[in-house]
Amino acid sequence: MKASAFSYARASSVVDALDLLARHGDQAKVLSGGQSLMPALNLRLSAPELLVDIGAIEELRGISVANGVLTIGALTRHVDILRSAEIARHAPLLTDAIAHVAHPAIRNRGTFGGSLAHADPASELPACALALDAVILVRSRDGERRIQAADFFTGIYETLLAPDELLVAVEVPVAKPNAVHFFHEYARRKGDYAIVGLAASGILDGDVFTGLRLGYFAVGDKPMLAMASDHLTGRPVTTSMLADAQTALDAEFDPQEDQQATAGMRRYLARQLMARCVSTLLGRQDLETRALA
Amino acid sequence: MTDLVPISLTVNGERVSAEVLPRLNLADFLRDQLGLTGTHVGCEHGVCGACTVRVNGDIVRACLLLAVQTESASVQTIEGLSDSGEVSDLQAAFRDRNALQCGYCTPGMLMAAQDILIHEPDADREQIREHLSGNYCRCTGYHAIVDAVEATARARSEQAR
Repeated sequence: MKASAFSYARASSVVDALDLLARHGDQAKVLSGGQSLMPALNLRLSAPELLVDIGAIEELRGISVANGVLTIGALTRHVDILRSAEIARHAPLLTDAIAHVAHPAIRNRGTFGGSLAHADPASELPACALALDAVILVRSRDGERRIQAADFFTGIYETLLAPDELLVAVEVPVAKPNAVHFFHEYARRKGDYAIVGLAASGILDGDVFTGLRLGYFAVGDKPMLAMASDHLTGRPVTTSMLADAQTALDAEFDPQEDQQATAGMRRYLARQLMARCVSTLLGRQDLETRALA
Repeated sequence: MTDLVPISLTVNGERVSAEVLPRLNLADFLRDQLGLTGTHVGCEHGVCGACTVRVNGDIVRACLLLAVQTESASVQTIEGLSDSGEVSDLQAAFRDRNALQCGYCTPGMLMAAQDILIHEPDADREQIREHLSGNYCRCTGYHAIVDAVEATARARSEQAR
């Protein structure tokens, strides 16, 4: 199908974009890479009156590191993240995750900020933002807000972004020397939407997790930071600790059923991903259970 | 405000100026206004890869890009790659291996295949499969396509020696 008619404005700067959003925010959509917005327009799931194209705003592009913080501009493309030595060094979880985002032709256009602002509950990068404890920078004419990733996502395609606000950058603390990460998703086909996925970031002191953040995606109406990880930290992980964590995980989310999987299948896969993550990060094959419980 | 927007870009090396509606996507612009019908339109939501073209050197989905977004850009279509001879060996390999039947996916497949041949000339079959995973073919079962791309990769690296 073809998109319905809309007007188009090419923003020349962040200030210009914010002026446009202040005037038209309710009726406008921000066009970044367009790799989620354009399908929605073509399928007529979305029919804004105005597209504000931010694609030419150079100040929103690029990756920088300063004072222990990695800053990723909103317009940084997936392919730029995939090829960035700084990302590979300071946030290798993103390097792993990006390879699972769609296909090369999509990654050449899709942007980091666009993916977070779009907030598809099945997409990889919002879950990574949770696992990495990222801070999302949004700006309006009234000033800038810094929002913790854990607060940013509020529902299916919903975030704390107001209609007159623009997501400008994302800050990620650089990985500590003893940081570990894990990324895996179950999908029918390479590049497809995940059935269930897990982006995890942890701190290891010997064989003990002193911190572990488990960002699940495609398990509900938004990415989920699993509190069940509390069962896995502070002591060497045992089979019974893992079982407790899996039970706690099961209790804290309510996965949907759709044409890809039943809710029960998603619960099973989420538990399996937890076991796979923990056993991989600790190098403990004994923890990779296949129990159906 | 839904008025025509003037754009100016390069398509296959030629300067093009046009006036387009904001909602017109690049695939329809190439096909309907420039008559470059080698870029095929399949799913129109970024899944099938039939509309794959190059913009500023990168392969993209022409159905997920508005014509107005290509202001000042350099666009290359299968006509450009074909006429310049850039993919003649790849096209010959597709013919030799029966890597096409109906041909609908072929222009997009060639664009995506040439992309990996440029960026990862030593790619193995698994990497080739992965790179082409965003391009649907409903005829061949993909095996012959991977054969053709792999054969071209080997032939080009032989030639480079």
